[in-house]
Amino acid sequence: MNISTLPILSTVTFLPLVGALFIAFLPQDAVRNARYVALWTTLVTFLVSLLIWVNFDKANPGFQFIEERAWLGPIKYKLGVDGISMLFVILTTFLMPLCILASWESIETRVKEYMIAFLVLETLMIGVFVALDMMLFYLFFEAGLIPMFIIIGVWGGKRRIYASFKFFLYTLLGSVLMLLAMMAMWWHAGTTDITVLLETNFPANMQWWLWLAFFASFAVKMPMWPVHTWLPDAHVEAPTAGSVILAGILLKMGGYGFLRFSMPMFPVASADLAPLVFALSVIAIVYTSLVALVQEDMKKLIAYSSVAHMGFVTMGIFTFTRQGVDGAIFQMLSHGLVSAALFLCVGVVYDRLHTREISAYGGLAERMPVYATVFMVFTMANVGLPGTSGFIGEFLTLLGAFRANTWVAFFATSGVILSAAYALYLYRRVVFGALEKPSLKALADMNAREIFVLAPLVILTILFGFYPAPILDVTAASVQKLVTNYETAVRKAEIEREGQPRFKLALDKWEAAR
Amino acid sequence: MTDLLSYPALPEIILAVGAMALLMQGAFSADNQETGAATGWLAIALLVLAGAVVAMQPPASATLFDNAFVTDRYTRFMKLLVLAGSAGALLLSFDSFARQQILKFEYAVLVLLSTVGMMMMVSANDLISLYIGLELQSLALYVVAAFRREHVRSSEAGLKYFVLGALSSGMLLYGASLIYGFSGSTSFPVIASVAKASNIGVIIGLVFLLVGLAFKVSAVPFHMWTPDVYEGAPTPVTAFFAAAPKVAAMALLVRVVTVAFPGVSPQWQQIIVFVAIASMLLGSFAAIGQTNIKRLMAYSSIGHVGFALVGLASNSTEGVQGVLIYMSIYLVMTLGTFACILAMRRKDEAIEEIEELSGLAQTNLPMAFALAMLMFSLAGIPPLAGFWGKFYVIAAAVKADLLTLAVIAVLASVVAAFYYIRIVLVMFVKEPKERFLNVEGKVGLVMALATLFVIGFIVYPGPIVEAAAAAAKSLRL
Repeated sequence: MNISTLPILSTVTFLPLVGALFIAFLPQDAVRNARYVALWTTLVTFLVSLLIWVNFDKANPGFQFIEERAWLGPIKYKLGVDGISMLFVILTTFLMPLCILASWESIETRVKEYMIAFLVLETLMIGVFVALDMMLFYLFFEAGLIPMFIIIGVWGGKRRIYASFKFFLYTLLGSVLMLLAMMAMWWHAGTTDITVLLETNFPANMQWWLWLAFFASFAVKMPMWPVHTWLPDAHVEAPTAGSVILAGILLKMGGYGFLRFSMPMFPVASADLAPLVFALSVIAIVYTSLVALVQEDMKKLIAYSSVAHMGFVTMGIFTFTRQGVDGAIFQMLSHGLVSAALFLCVGVVYDRLHTREISAYGGLAERMPVYATVFMVFTMANVGLPGTSGFIGEFLTLLGAFRANTWVAFFATSGVILSAAYALYLYRRVVFGALEKPSLKALADMNAREIFVLAPLVILTILFGFYPAPILDVTAASVQKLVTNYETAVRKAEIEREGQPRFKLALDKWEAAR
Repeated sequence: MTDLLSYPALPEIILAVGAMALLMQGAFSADNQETGAATGWLAIALLVLAGAVVAMQPPASATLFDNAFVTDRYTRFMKLLVLAGSAGALLLSFDSFARQQILKFEYAVLVLLSTVGMMMMVSANDLISLYIGLELQSLALYVVAAFRREHVRSSEAGLKYFVLGALSSGMLLYGASLIYGFSGSTSFPVIASVAKASNIGVIIGLVFLLVGLAFKVSAVPFHMWTPDVYEGAPTPVTAFFAAAPKVAAMALLVRVVTVAFPGVSPQWQQIIVFVAIASMLLGSFAAIGQTNIKRLMAYSSIGHVGFALVGLASNSTEGVQGVLIYMSIYLVMTLGTFACILAMRRKDEAIEEIEELSGLAQTNLPMAFALAMLMFSLAGIPPLAGFWGKFYVIAAAVKADLLTLAVIAVLASVVAAFYYIRIVLVMFVKEPKERFLNVEGKVGLVMALATLFVIGFIVYPGPIVEAAAAAAKSLRL
């Protein structure tokens, strides 16, 4: 039986929802069952999603596993993946079982509702990456707010009300502007099909407005400086698994949006406005790294480091080079593993001491050697040490940035040094030093469940650090097509209007010299 | 039989005669709760019967009474909405009225008469039938607002509504007389043939007419009565006010401006744009400080009318389609929300403070879930139904190049989202207070149906969207 005839994407997308419905009909006190149903649902979803990877045709730069159904006039139910989106689906399905396991003991109140919220959220997140209709994309993109809002609001920390409001309203504000742009595109192109829109040429001045409207949404989601302020609050207040999903997947939707919409659909505006993105990215990398240095709260520190790492992603995308875009995708996937793991590591000690204050810890290496080792691996990956997945992404984006603009590359590279500073400083304060505090004396090392959760992340972080080919092979064809289409479109626009954007000239000169 | 069925005013006749019959029957029965309940059920049956007749009538356009009364796909769509709204509101009234010992047969009769008026408004094609329909509807509403007559707030609501309503009727009549004077006719098609930008008298008349109609849909700056009347009237009556009459008045407004005044569309578009913006902004900002959920719903309804008017402002088939979709979804969300409000009671005492919803998720999860979904839907968060209403009206505005209006609309929706999701947070995050009494069957039914609708709309949106498209086309913009 040919796998491509099965609605495999719909299956992966809606399987978690089925699990959620199943849990909803369990009796109210069936807490253990709710956990197991959630775990098995996410595991099966992950296994099914692996079928996509196995059957994925790496040589094909277009969309695969396409499913199409009439739905609402011009708005179609259309799913499909290409080299850019496929791995995000796998990342989502991979992280979900870990999230469920990480919440196994730490969530004790309203377990049923918690599991339902996570499973619904999984459906919506996968939907974002597989949607091939603009409106369908928007639906999934926005609907994800509801479960995340509930997760932060109900199972969050002390200031959860403030954090959930901020998260919700910030994201909504950006998204509604994107919605307006989508409506304008719909009336202009007469369709909401992404594959058709990718071929549509929007007039240059219209592109500017559309680009800015999409930027409003993706920059908030990413998040880019200066609209990143919701992220530290949301991270600090969210339960551990919520932080993992937020950092691991929700942030990637912004980067994915840039790659799916901004760059291919509005190439001229992207080229014109790239300096803006570079400026914001560099500020994000340097400034938020400095901010991370002075944080007293572990989760807040990691949240700021996420903003800095996302700065590499936006910078990489807007270099419009193969290295840059490849690096950006790799960086997003790697950050999905590493930041998720770091939040899980914080969760491990938080479950024991119920504080995230860095000053409450110190000398954990003595009592928790396994934990110290695992934390070390991810600290190094966060720094971007060669041999970890963090290195590949940062290196490729910097390579692309160097081709596009030397100064951008220069400042961004300084961010790598700063990231080493804050990450190692955090590690030293938490893990090294003398074990003096009485509250730490009786700490137990990680139990089997915690090791089981973190082990796959350790393996993958190191594996992809040494052998990134499985990822880069998948993205290669699609990225090549993306960059080629972009260059063709920009060249055409330059010829039409004769004057050339300055930074493009530099790129041409560099290529000519080579 | 088919001849009878194809008589355009048959549903109105059924309702009017039925209302008279119920009045007689009630007057000669014992004055007790049983009569009230029986009349209520018979009234619902009449509404369902009228709805079935409306649905089975031939969809082609037909006129009656010397062109004063028209039926087409547009009226059919709107009449079904009005009938559903009235029936839903009646269904909500039984238990609450029975508890307060005011389950009287007059209520159902008044609702029926008001519904006849609304159907007349929807079908009006002449200034005279417009006024008759409007007044029949309004007079019945004034009385039901004061239905709990020993209660000061209820009487105040009725009186306030009556005085301000009479004022607006006066303005409307003045406008109608100006239009008649300058166009020589009360018939919409004839007015359309002379309404030009150069005919300044007609335009002034149009302005007064719009003032009167803005009052009826409670659009800013003619909204002042809304919060007080919503708060003061008994809750089932408020549910009725917020649903069907709004739909009927909106139907009338759309038909008047598009059928009678297509020649001066730039003029009325300006007015509608202003009213829409003012309503959306006031509805969003003024609701933030409310602590009483009925007052909050009043401001919310002002805001929603503003959004619906965004569709009308674009003066296109898509825009009218948007208005129709918006009003259908609004109707369901409103009835569902008021069902939840009716379910907020302890020891036979109705609760209206938002704070009292604290921790509802822990004491009554199904109700908290229903109200949360309705709130997210009212806020316009996809994939719930409320999003699609906003989507279609704003998309029409974008197509008509009303970009400023569209941007203000989406920003207002973000502000409004604040107070809707605050209610969700109160229910899910705060510590639980004392339990509410168990939800009564009929109220629970309306609540469940509305929740299913707002969640399920996305799965099968076709029927409403397509029916609205066909209805909008029959206005021939």
